[in-house]
Amino acid sequence: MHELSIAESIVDIIGDSLARNGGGRVRSVKVRIGELSGVVPESVDFCFKAITAGTSLDGSTLEIEKTHIVALCDDCGKESSVEGLVFRCPKCGGANIKVISGNELQVVEIELDE
Amino acid sequence: MAVVTIERKVLQKNDEIAQQNRELFQKNGIFVINLVSSPGSGKTSLLERTLEHLKGKVRIAVVEGDVQTDLDAQRVAKLGVPVVQIVTNGGCHLEAKLVQDALSNIDVANVDLLVIENVGNLVCPAGYDLGESMKVVIASTTEGDDKPLKYPAMFRNASVLIINKTDLVPYVNCNLGELKKNALQINANLRVFETSCTTGAGIPEWSEWLRGKTKRT
Repeated sequence: MHELSIAESIVDIIGDSLARNGGGRVRSVKVRIGELSGVVPESVDFCFKAITAGTSLDGSTLEIEKTHIVALCDDCGKESSVEGLVFRCPKCGGANIKVISGNELQVVEIELDE
Repeated sequence: MAVVTIERKVLQKNDEIAQQNRELFQKNGIFVINLVSSPGSGKTSLLERTLEHLKGKVRIAVVEGDVQTDLDAQRVAKLGVPVVQIVTNGGCHLEAKLVQDALSNIDVANVDLLVIENVGNLVCPAGYDLGESMKVVIASTTEGDDKPLKYPAMFRNASVLIINKTDLVPYVNCNLGELKKNALQINANLRVFETSCTTGAGIPEWSEWLRGKTKRT
């Protein structure tokens, strides 16, 4: 259950950004969470609500963009989505594939009230 | 309404400290493994057997991570190996900062191999870089053969799979071929070893392979 520390890191990043941009009231926060990140989006949302209650971020919402696993084959160059956790190139059958999407765990942007 | 673009990794702070750890390891020529598995798969037992095998051949230090107690550090210390215990007090994984703090108690100039034994957990430690050279995941036969499919991130991020407790195969519901197939489906580049800490089977092969990764061979 490390979603709590993930949510705390998100709050820290928002704080840093507000400090740099002169503050403001945060309406929403867009985060990107990959299918292979090992993080449960719903739990992050739950923890975010729990730790922001009663703070200046109370009432701001998390908008979670989930990304699927996409791989690039080192052998034939084919880009494909990984279905059913089979990490193999669907074109050439090779296993030398690099995951190029699906590991994301990022704060993308925040939306402020004027 | 104003939108502020951030595009920052949530774990960026951890990654930065992990990079500092990595630079320290590289500077001192230390090979570092981050040993991960579910609780009870035999991380500490495998470590004990490995330390016994490599004693006098490689200079080893150990960082132990546990939610509570220093029982594992006591086991390692009995073998005469320098060990630092990190107690996470409920935390389900080690973070780079905890390892960085622990390193101040280790004579890094006189270490060839550092083993970081993570908290028993197949989920959370997958996302936290500690600065290690590689993750080594243990799956024991008592856990069944489907763990790689249930915890893909961990098996995808690991470089080595150790299948432990092979002596129990006749008594448990685990098909070794199926376990390997599932693991290689997630990560075809996994180097696989089969071990039993009870009989000692496979310990020399694994230990010598690990020794070969260190500078002092």
